[in-house]
Amino acid sequence: MQRDLRERYEEDLALVRGAPAWLALVLALGGLAVLPWAAPGYVVFTAILVAVNSIIAVGLNLLTGYTGQISLGHAGFVAIGAYTAGLLMGRLGAPWWAAWPAAGLVAAAFGFLVGLPALRLTGPYLTIATLGFGIAVHQVLTNWEALSGGRMGLPVPPLAQWPAWLSAQQRLYYLAAASAVVLIWVAVNLTRSHVGRAFVALRDSDIAAEVVGVNLTRYKTLAFAVSAFYAGVAGALFAQALRHLEPQSFTLVESILYFAMIVIGGLGSIPGAVIGAAVLTVLPQQLTLLREWVPVIFGSAIILMMVAEPRGLYGRWLRIRLYFKTWPL
Amino acid sequence: MVELAQLIVGGLSAGTLYGLVALGIVLLYRSSRVLNFAHGDLATLAAFVGFTLLLRLQPPGFLPAPLQVRWQAFLPAAAGSLLVAALVGAAFYFVIIRPVKEATLLGRIVVTLGLALTVNGLVVLLWGADTKVFPFPLSDVRVYRLGGVVVSQLSLGLAAAGLVLVLLLYLLVQRTRVGLAMRAVAQDLAAAQALGIPSRRIFALTWGLAGALGAAAGILAAPVTLLTPFMMLDPFLKGFAAAVLGGMDSLPGAVLGGWLLGLVESLFAGYISFKFKTTLAFLIIILTLMLRPEGLLGREYRRRV
Repeated sequence: MQRDLRERYEEDLALVRGAPAWLALVLALGGLAVLPWAAPGYVVFTAILVAVNSIIAVGLNLLTGYTGQISLGHAGFVAIGAYTAGLLMGRLGAPWWAAWPAAGLVAAAFGFLVGLPALRLTGPYLTIATLGFGIAVHQVLTNWEALSGGRMGLPVPPLAQWPAWLSAQQRLYYLAAASAVVLIWVAVNLTRSHVGRAFVALRDSDIAAEVVGVNLTRYKTLAFAVSAFYAGVAGALFAQALRHLEPQSFTLVESILYFAMIVIGGLGSIPGAVIGAAVLTVLPQQLTLLREWVPVIFGSAIILMMVAEPRGLYGRWLRIRLYFKTWPL
Repeated sequence: MVELAQLIVGGLSAGTLYGLVALGIVLLYRSSRVLNFAHGDLATLAAFVGFTLLLRLQPPGFLPAPLQVRWQAFLPAAAGSLLVAALVGAAFYFVIIRPVKEATLLGRIVVTLGLALTVNGLVVLLWGADTKVFPFPLSDVRVYRLGGVVVSQLSLGLAAAGLVLVLLLYLLVQRTRVGLAMRAVAQDLAAAQALGIPSRRIFALTWGLAGALGAAAGILAAPVTLLTPFMMLDPFLKGFAAAVLGGMDSLPGAVLGGWLLGLVESLFAGYISFKFKTTLAFLIIILTLMLRPEGLLGREYRRRV
């Protein structure tokens, strides 16, 4: 039985519909709020990493899942964000509320630049170009010691000392969780707007999209810039969580890991990206006994997903829900 | 002048390796439009298999050190490694590439990325992450002098082996019925199938051939880079750059791209900056893609958006 009959335009626009959904949302946000008081420190640290990776995965999914532009160089954008924030806070003494958006904007500028060749390159060629970008960023950071601090790495100063009744980790946790919630909310709204529809149109057929009046140049570069902005902000958070930056944290392996998150979680779905980020962040920490097996498990999971469930874990969940909704049909 | 000649020789020697890697990538891309990100890891696997075979074939009491290895042991081990790589490559095709539901470009790239992760993880599991010395019957200490230019026995042997392999591949693709079938499948799959070419077997053969080429590159790279699970990452990325430079769908282009990349890289390292040597390869990729996306000798239809 279909119960959600929509009678007004506002109902159709609403993101959260009905009492159960509101209840779930309140419970989830409440759970996020009490987590640092109820859980031990390493769980809170893991939660911060999940928030960081969720932001990256949601941004990457906007680019790859929605717009169909593959990026194997996302660790490059994360690195740019992390080093921008680290340098602004460490060398210029900028506060976090200025450094983090700046990190996102600098990464977005690089995203725009990488998006320009994407106008002429499709498919495998674009993959190679973004791969090259990611590795070039890593190489430049490794070799340009004035920028990256060389072998010693780049120390990142602590966050501001207020409010004093929170520990440093709790302060970072709340900022990371709030950033993740806001950025995910923005992404959900973006995909529902004309911009999101233009992205999907580009992905499905760029010629058809252009014929119906989607400006390819604008939306392709926009997709790259938005995605890189997400990666940049996440990079700034990551820098704050690590307090110490090394180029080794932003290699091709990380780029592939971000990619694995959206494939395992579900291409072209925001909840999928968050699920994928959470699973791929928490799983290696829980599988300490099988530590050496982690790459094999991830690799096989990616292949299995592509062979059996191209829409990822979220797609599987939707199918299970559909089965129970329509049961016994 | 001597310095320049020395840099050119070094560049060509490295370029032969890049060309071999590029050939494996191009061979697959041309026939099935699959960009095989697992190529480097398959090559690593093959090099490790060769290493284990070599230890088995040597008389007991043998220490894995260069010069101690005999040709009688090395050649069968190398052949076995090539065979294993070819079988694994063909198995990839039958077990994974064909049944993939999402046969889009994104789907296939994702699958080869998954393969790369899995194979690399398995190599670490089976052989450990520590560095091993790959015993090789040629020495890099014994050198020849040609008018002031120093060439080691090793790099001479590597270049010669590379050239022989390129020549063999050329003969196979251009002068045999199998090669004709491979070219037909690459050019127009539907027409080739209509003419009765067993396309599945040809694809499997192509995967196997690419795997064997990768294995050869792995064995040739091993004495220089030493044996580690990540030894092929750099040659693989350079091979990628060489393939893009020469044209993703051109076999001669791959070899030419490899030599050009090796040369430019060697001269850049010698005269401008050694540190940014690897960055240069990606600068070349991006420049090629922006100025001439089809590569030097490629002919793939370029779509302007």
